[in-house]
Amino acid sequence: MKICLTSKGKDMSSELDLRFGRCQQFIIFDTESKEYDVIENSGFSSAHGAGVSAAQQVANEKVSVVITGSLGPNAMNILSADEIKGFIGKSMSLEENIKAYENNELSEITKAGKAHH
Amino acid sequence: MYISVLSGKGGTGKTTISTNLATSLALKGNKTRYLDFDVEEPNGFIFLKPVVEKSIDVNMEVPVVDENLCNLCGACAEHCNFNALAVTAKKVLVFEKLCHSCGLCSIVCPTGAIKEVARTIGKIEIGRNDDLIAVRGILDIGEPMGVPIIKELKKQMTDDYINIVDAPPGSSCSVVNSIEDSDFSILVTEPTKFGLHDLEIAVNVVKQMGIPFGIIINKSSEDDNIIEEYCSREKCEILGKIPFSKEIATKYSKGELLVKKEPEIAEEIDRIIVKVMGRLEK
Repeated sequence: MKICLTSKGKDMSSELDLRFGRCQQFIIFDTESKEYDVIENSGFSSAHGAGVSAAQQVANEKVSVVITGSLGPNAMNILSADEIKGFIGKSMSLEENIKAYENNELSEITKAGKAHH
Repeated sequence: MYISVLSGKGGTGKTTISTNLATSLALKGNKTRYLDFDVEEPNGFIFLKPVVEKSIDVNMEVPVVDENLCNLCGACAEHCNFNALAVTAKKVLVFEKLCHSCGLCSIVCPTGAIKEVARTIGKIEIGRNDDLIAVRGILDIGEPMGVPIIKELKKQMTDDYINIVDAPPGSSCSVVNSIEDSDFSILVTEPTKFGLHDLEIAVNVVKQMGIPFGIIINKSSEDDNIIEEYCSREKCEILGKIPFSKEIATKYSKGELLVKKEPEIAEEIDRIIVKVMGRLEK
C-alpha cells in the first residue's frame, strides 16, 4: 500500500507539513518495500486552486492514504472520488507519523476544512 | 469620455466624489452616466436614488462533461490554467468557482465531451434620476470573481456621454479592469498614513497603465501636508479638497448629495471639473 505524506523536507526524518494544497513536497511511502519517492507539489506555487492541483497529483500516484493536517473541500472531493482516505497527522517526523498511523493512533479526516478564496 | 475614480484604500470617499461629480455634471446639462464598478459593495445608488429601469443577469460559461463521451484521458485538467478540473478514476470533477471561462477544456477534449453552459454570478442594473443615467453591478454573495460583471458594465458606456466610473478599492484585477482605457483617473485619498500608503500604490498603478491622473484630498484637515509633500515630490496635481467636517459626515450618513446641500462643496466640485476638463484638453 502507498501512503502520501505532506512534507516540509525530502526524507522520512522531515517534519510533516500540516497544509495539503500548499505543502512543498509529497513523500510517497510504500508500506511493503519501506521505500519512498519525493514529488514536488505543483500546488505549492499555483496561483489558483492549489488544493485541486495537489489532489490531482496525489490521485495520479494511486495512493490509498494521505497523511496531512487538513483537507479543503475541493481536495476532499477529488480524493474521496478515488477512495483515498485522509488522516490527521501531527507536527512530528514522517517516520513517526507512519508509526502512529500503523498503530491506529491517527483519526480519519471525515469533514473538509474551510475553503480559501 | 471615461473618468475613473479610485483610491487604493477603502473608505476614502470614492463614492462621495463620484456621485457628486456625476450629479454636478448632469445638473449643468452634460450627458452623464455614473457607473458603480464596486460590485462587491455597490452603494452609489444610495446617494443617487435612481429608478431602476432594467436588470440584466451576468453569466459565466463553465464546462459540463458528458460522462458517456468522456474517456477520462485527462487532457482538460492538464490544460486548465486555473485548476478548475480534476480527473478521478470514474469521472471528471468541475470546480466552477475556479473556472475563468476561457473555453480551453472544450477545445482540447478529443471526444467532444465538454459543453459550456451559462452560470449566473450576478447582475447589472440600469436606472435614471432625472437626466443622470446610473448603472451598477452586483456580484452574488459567495462568488469569487467580479471581473465578468465589470466587463458587462463597460458595455454600457458610450462615447457621447461623460462616464464616471466608481472603482472598487485595492489594486488587483477588478481595479485594473475598472480603470483600463480611462481618459483620466481621479485618485481620492485622506490625510493619514494609511491613506498615503495606499495612494502610493494607486499612483503606481495609474502610472504603469499610462493614465493621466490627479488627486483629491478628502477629509482634509491640518494633516494635509502628509499628502502634499508626497504630491510635490512626485509632481502629482492636487485637484481639490473636501474638508473633514461633522456636517458633511451627517449628510453622508443620511445618503444626501453634498452638491445639493453644501454650496461650498458644490463650488469645489465645479473647480475640480474645470481642472479635469483642462487636463483632458491638453
